[in-house]
Amino acid sequence: MQGFGGVLGVVQRELVDKKRWLTLEEFAEDWAVAQVMPGPNIVNLALVLGDRYFGVRGAIAATAGILSLPLLCLLLLATLLAGFSENPAAQGALRGMGAVAAGLIGASGLRLLPALRRNVMGRAFCAALAIATFVAVALLRLPLLWVMPVLGLLAGCWAWRQLGQPHLAAPAP
Amino acid sequence: MSLSLTTADWLALFGHFASLSLLAVGGAVTAAPEMHRYLVGERMWLSDAQFTSGFALAQAAPGPNVLFVALMGWNVGLNAGGFATAILGMSVAMLGILLPSTCLTYGAARWGHRHQGLRSVRAFKQAMAPIVVALLVATGWILSAAHSDFERDWRVWLLTLVATLLVWRTKIHLLWLLGAGALLGALGWV
Repeated sequence: MQGFGGVLGVVQRELVDKKRWLTLEEFAEDWAVAQVMPGPNIVNLALVLGDRYFGVRGAIAATAGILSLPLLCLLLLATLLAGFSENPAAQGALRGMGAVAAGLIGASGLRLLPALRRNVMGRAFCAALAIATFVAVALLRLPLLWVMPVLGLLAGCWAWRQLGQPHLAAPAP
Repeated sequence: MSLSLTTADWLALFGHFASLSLLAVGGAVTAAPEMHRYLVGERMWLSDAQFTSGFALAQAAPGPNVLFVALMGWNVGLNAGGFATAILGMSVAMLGILLPSTCLTYGAARWGHRHQGLRSVRAFKQAMAPIVVALLVATGWILSAAHSDFERDWRVWLLTLVATLLVWRTKIHLLWLLGAGALLGALGWV
């Protein structure tokens, strides 16, 4: 597996762009489910998608697949690097890859933006909600355990209301 | 560092990770501070340096972030003996962190998919979408902002920004980007 520093960006590219198993909207929804459930979210996503398309065996295969190779890789690295952890070049390389990995995660979020266009909550509300979430989590560093219920409930109520209005529930393409 | 762990200790290790599994909303990384408190502070199964370097390595290596948990178990096992206990430690930690949450998610996702026509399920999914976008961008931000000294770290931020734009706007292969990042870092430019 080639997902450095978290695999989300890679998964998004493979499943949505290359294999076309999912649309961006579906990906965003499934990611939301994987995110709000406890546990490692990429494993949750593999589990949900594996189950959706291939049943129980798919769920187990996807989970094992996403974990086993990287696990071997990591143990090998840890064993090899045990002697080199003080080496400035190795530390620098880790630092550089970490910076790129941070960019990958941020970009995978930005690439989901088009999925919001047909959201029933409307663009202004979506933008406000996204900005509020970013400020709370990235700038104020509030615990997710507080942010998710408050903003989620607020947005959920609004979405529920909007879905009740027939002309909005099936928005024009 | 060498320890001897009893069966009860292994069970305690499993129990700790299993309970963290259900608390770790938003990814296993969110449980890292609690893990540190338990493994390093309370039980003294790992040294502080072992925890920190293991965490950094797992963040930089390929694969899901949750694998740092495997490395923690591995290191506890190494401290407790050798290769065989390291494998045991790794398995115990991974099973503990994965089993409870995957069972719950599996059930919940099936339920949600079966009732996807329900207004509440649809409202939930629509409501979460913008939050998820923001959370991902925020994660990138937090990882990058861990380097907080502008004088020294502006090049790291620039690299993150460039990587973000390239991944967002182009289809350049991700391995090239990571390789470039590793090279720049090894040469001491970032």
